[in-house]
Amino acid sequence: MLAKRLIPCLDVRDGKVVKGVQFRNHEIIGDIVPLAQRYAQAGADELVFYDITASSDGRVVDKSWVRRIAEVIDIPFCVAGGIKTVADAGKILEMGADKISVNSPALARPELINELNHHFGQQCVVVGIDSFFDVASGQYQVYQFTGDESRTQKTQWLTRDWVAEVLKRGAGEIVLNCMNQDGVRQGYDIAQLRSIRDICTVPLIASGGAGTMAHFTDVFNQADVDGALAASVFHKGIIEIAALKAKLIADGISIRP
Amino acid sequence: MQLVIVDTGCANISSVYFAFKRLGVDATISRDAKLIKAADKVLLPGVGTAHNAMAKLQQAELIDTLQSLQQPLLGICLGMQLLTGHSMEGNVACLNLIPGEVLPMQSAGLRLPHMGWNTLKNIGNHALMRGFTETDYVYFVHSFAVASSRYSLALCHYGSDFAAVIGKDNVAGAQFHPERSGKTGARLLQNFLEWQL
Repeated sequence: MLAKRLIPCLDVRDGKVVKGVQFRNHEIIGDIVPLAQRYAQAGADELVFYDITASSDGRVVDKSWVRRIAEVIDIPFCVAGGIKTVADAGKILEMGADKISVNSPALARPELINELNHHFGQQCVVVGIDSFFDVASGQYQVYQFTGDESRTQKTQWLTRDWVAEVLKRGAGEIVLNCMNQDGVRQGYDIAQLRSIRDICTVPLIASGGAGTMAHFTDVFNQADVDGALAASVFHKGIIEIAALKAKLIADGISIRP
Repeated sequence: MQLVIVDTGCANISSVYFAFKRLGVDATISRDAKLIKAADKVLLPGVGTAHNAMAKLQQAELIDTLQSLQQPLLGICLGMQLLTGHSMEGNVACLNLIPGEVLPMQSAGLRLPHMGWNTLKNIGNHALMRGFTETDYVYFVHSFAVASSRYSLALCHYGSDFAAVIGKDNVAGAQFHPERSGKTGARLLQNFLEWQL
């Protein structure tokens, strides 16, 4: 039976793993390669490396760390951040990444999704979506350039509409980051994930809000997501992956031991 | 041990190269027919579409070379699908080394692509499958698959059964990604290195 995936996310800035609260105030957690290796050995099912500097400051980012990760890691990993063209994506895949994830550049130019699908196949193309619940309008809206506070901005897209759009254009997986929950460890945004699950025909990964083991059980049971992504609870040792897997298996969730 | 990874220009070549490196084998990545013919073992990687991959093999004039190999040949993921007779992904003739056809997955409503870790079943008695059990998980990413047949060395179930590993004579293929399947995947690659015809 297909297992639900546990996916530590490593936010990368200038070649170091960092973590902020609600996308801000980043602190350095450590070097990329040893952290990646530790997670693979601990039983992570997949890793995501999110270069948070890339999209927001427009410069060419050194991605040589992708090759160093590919050398030591024997589980799948995805690279996100600053991939604006087929050529950018091709370089990262060539260095050994299994998937590439696009976010702001896809909002700026949605055809990018079609192009990536055409060149590398649907299975390589992940679309990351930063979704923020706007209390005033009562709606979830898509934000871009979330890696940099000064440039973070609301787009014209409602989250549901953008999900439908990226599916139409050939996305192979969606990572839905619920910004209101990010870094505050109060649980995944089950209501939003359920509503997106209804329209999402490809794998859906929950992101933002994991704080306790029960949060993972809840998101798998109540929102039927294919994977759960988390950062701080893993980086800070609040949750050990082995213990989490044992708990999820005990809760009857399909998990790779 | 001279292992050649066929340079299909596909994306997962580095990961496959590094996976063998972790097992102590420094593979050669090449599209030179002479090198491929002279290798002890040949690996055919592949990510992308069957249509593009066959076109690349044709451009590199490697079709005959791959079809006439006598030494062990292992295809991975799309590389495995290329070993069959025909793929419906782009409706393209493949290498026809193992009877079978690549069809869209019949997932009975389950989400596609079939992406993630899944278990194997009906594991055959073949050198490649040594040490494998039905509780082992391996990593799949695909939307097309080869149906179960007498050439299946292991099956997987996702909505319906499909071939996870196929083999005939000196040729074998894995639908999953051994280079990305942790210790279990490394076992398949190690079995391939130790495979004696």
